[in-house]
Amino acid sequence: MKYLPNSGKEFDEILKEIGVGSVDELFKVIPEELRLTKPLDLPEGKSEVEVLDILRNLSDKTAGVSKYSSFLGAGAYNHYVPTTVGSLISRAEFYTAYTPYQPEVSQGTLLAMFEYQTMMCHLTGMEIANASLYDGASATAEAVLMADRIQRKKNKIVMSEGIHPEYLETVKTYLWNLPIEIVTVPLQADGSTDMNALKNAADDSTAIIMAQSPNFFGVIENIEAIAGAAKEKKILFGQIITEVYSLGMLKAPGAFGVDIVVGEAQSMGNKLNYGGPYLGFIATTDDLKRQLPGRLIGMTKDNRDQRGFVITLSTREQHIRREKATSNICTNEALCATMAAIHMSTIGEAGVKEVAEHCHSKAVYAHQALEKTGKVKFPHSGPYFNEFVVDVGKNGKDIVEKLTEKKIIAGFPLIYYYPERENQILMAFTELNTKEQIDRLAAELGGAL
Amino acid sequence: MIKGMRGLSFKEDLIFEKSREGAKGYSLPKLDVPKADPAKTIDKKFLREGKIGLPEVSEVDVIRHFTKISLWNYAVDYGLYPLGSCTMKYNPKINEITSSLPGFADAHPYQPYSISQGALELMYNLEKALMEITGFSRVSLHPAAGAHGELVGMMLIRRYLEDQGNPRKKVLIPDSAHGTNPASAAICGYEAVELKSNSEGMLSLSDLEAALDKDVAALMLTNPNTLGVFEKNIKKICEMVHKVGGQVYMDGANMNALMGIMKPGKSGVDVLHLNLHKTFSTPHGGGGPGSGPVAVAKHLAPYIPKPVIEKNDKGEFYLDYNPEKSIGRVRSFNSNFAILVRAYTYILSCGSDGLKESTEHAVANANYIRKKLSKYYDLPYETSTLHEIIFSDKIQEKFGVTTKDIAKRLLDLGYHPPTIYFPLIVHGALMIEPTESESKQELDGFIEAMIQIAQEAEKEPEKCTEAPHNTVVGRLDEVTAARTPILKWEPEKE
Repeated sequence: MKYLPNSGKEFDEILKEIGVGSVDELFKVIPEELRLTKPLDLPEGKSEVEVLDILRNLSDKTAGVSKYSSFLGAGAYNHYVPTTVGSLISRAEFYTAYTPYQPEVSQGTLLAMFEYQTMMCHLTGMEIANASLYDGASATAEAVLMADRIQRKKNKIVMSEGIHPEYLETVKTYLWNLPIEIVTVPLQADGSTDMNALKNAADDSTAIIMAQSPNFFGVIENIEAIAGAAKEKKILFGQIITEVYSLGMLKAPGAFGVDIVVGEAQSMGNKLNYGGPYLGFIATTDDLKRQLPGRLIGMTKDNRDQRGFVITLSTREQHIRREKATSNICTNEALCATMAAIHMSTIGEAGVKEVAEHCHSKAVYAHQALEKTGKVKFPHSGPYFNEFVVDVGKNGKDIVEKLTEKKIIAGFPLIYYYPERENQILMAFTELNTKEQIDRLAAELGGAL
Repeated sequence: MIKGMRGLSFKEDLIFEKSREGAKGYSLPKLDVPKADPAKTIDKKFLREGKIGLPEVSEVDVIRHFTKISLWNYAVDYGLYPLGSCTMKYNPKINEITSSLPGFADAHPYQPYSISQGALELMYNLEKALMEITGFSRVSLHPAAGAHGELVGMMLIRRYLEDQGNPRKKVLIPDSAHGTNPASAAICGYEAVELKSNSEGMLSLSDLEAALDKDVAALMLTNPNTLGVFEKNIKKICEMVHKVGGQVYMDGANMNALMGIMKPGKSGVDVLHLNLHKTFSTPHGGGGPGSGPVAVAKHLAPYIPKPVIEKNDKGEFYLDYNPEKSIGRVRSFNSNFAILVRAYTYILSCGSDGLKESTEHAVANANYIRKKLSKYYDLPYETSTLHEIIFSDKIQEKFGVTTKDIAKRLLDLGYHPPTIYFPLIVHGALMIEPTESESKQELDGFIEAMIQIAQEAEKEPEKCTEAPHNTVVGRLDEVTAARTPILKWEPEKE
């Protein structure tokens, strides 16, 4: 299938009008030695029927979580997405539009982005949220770079080891080439960041303290204490969130004086998609808005005195500021943010709280059910929202594989990132996990141990 | 035929203004486990009290709201979207079907490999196809967008040079480059040094020679460049940079001019990024998500971001989390996978023949516009061009009509404007890239509109300077928007 509207006759007319005898003449500007003399070594084009068949076959060789009882989270969560999201997002007006550089014909995208920014502000309790970044990990790196710009003379970043390991790795990669030192702070036995170690690590040369809550191991951090320690030493504090539904139950970071809230908002209306695209978000205080990376949408008026929306504060961005820009980002995750806006509109005020309540209740029930098997331990005693670590006493990867055969994906084996946590599995629970699924998890896990 | 008209331009409030206490647009299954009291395990001071501030609306409200505002967008599915360097080609519908197949859409990135083989195979095959198209030794699918790909490309160069003993200090970038180039170089700790383009709109070999020294880590070059001109000296340029020990980074934003015609990897370039949301037909989504794979020459292959996809002796696919020399991670999980599915679908649909023909049609369409409009608009560079054409507003400016006015008047006439005021080296640039997706009829309509504007500029300039007239909003006050930013909705104070 080729997507070429011109017939052979029209194509010939075009060539004739240009004044060339053949299409090859148009490529004469490319030196002959570089021009290909044979076709690309790829199959010939296929019909729609054949292509669909190939792709369906590949999809069938991959199991969607709907066919399994999945307890996987670890930064990507399987939540209910209302049908409004898929229906509205398949409108070509949204998904086949470009970046809204011509506001007069982009008010749909701009208004949806403005609503998304507003919703993220409410959820996080912050004053400003941008129109999206790539994903939680790169957004975290952007937050660190933002802090570095604000705290020019300070060259140290303090990061809790409770942060998602892939986020930590991404920050390290981004900072590799810059004169910034990263110091990590260990967790204490209950699974939360060791406050004494944190206070020792953070000093006059520290630009920002970064911690995740709920952290990678599911434990809710003492944000109040960390924010207090940061304020005392005039250091910025950035909170990472990978499960934004936790904000339906937990107090907004803004209430504790957090300076930057950053993370992954995939939970809001975005499918799992085997890892992406997801929705990086960043929110901050009004004071710091001019150091924010990425696009911002603002409200203004047109020359007919009507309300309208535009990309604003773009002097921060690369197309204007070039090497002095606050970030190199251009294309972001606008459609994912639109999905989040539709999701949060549909689920709404009551729904976000109710989903959060379901998630937490399922996790509490699962905790009890697993405990009752008498065969597992819980390494961390700290409070959790919908995710916790289970020590199964045997290699976690083996156990997960064993249960996969029983149509259960028990969780994320932590051995992938933490060799010392060989026997531990990180399990997440959402409103989509039924009591029956959880009972079967406990029974099969008990049986396998 | 001029297609602009007043459409259904609804007035529509913000979703927050439609909120009514108690309205609901969702339903959840009844909670089938005992309701847990969070205060039992979580300190009360960490629990949310009161309202979040999200809307309270019905499902019908949501559908109508977003449907109405969607009608305020121009889109590829409406018509020609001639944004230069953005490659707004048609987004085939089959891509949307394949990317939402349940095996792909509902797969968790950490699910065991045993139940992920199809997704991994797709990534593996896509890597191979992109290697063939670009002529490189390895591809990383991690980058989430073009600028992310640029950043990764520069990180690879830096890490490679470090291993050679010296990361060096400078990156040379032509003045016609996209703003993301210098911004990406800066994050890698490099000083961006600008190179001036010559009168043909190409990189000047003598200027390059003068700028090259042992401190140069890389040259970042877009080819064809943002003037649509192929850098015909590319081989020589690469040799010169390599001679002083530097690397050549190619911005592949304009690959739609080269696919099936030439392979950048065979021209001496060391790294290239692709934009799947340009060349490979994945939708732009109002600004994203995209995908910006990076293709590299053999010596850079060991450094690509982790995890890397591999196939074992049994023919099973897996991700290697710890390749020894990798620069590390640049994102979470593995890729913007759903975008990869679309691009792979496109490559299968077009095939080797279709990809080449697409390039040919794209280049022919651009040259057709060039031929038809060069009588009416100033062509700042005479050099032959490939997939896009750059005019300036020099002729119209004499009558007080600028590029911005031309763009806004095009909106009245039913077309999305070209990229404007870029590249920066052209005064009042109008950068037109029609892509292969446009028929002669559609091109003729656009050409007619552009000619009408050129005539209006001379005779009735106010039609342009006061445009647009037919859009749902008029020209917006961007100065006030930036000076006193309103970045979120708040209820009007009494």
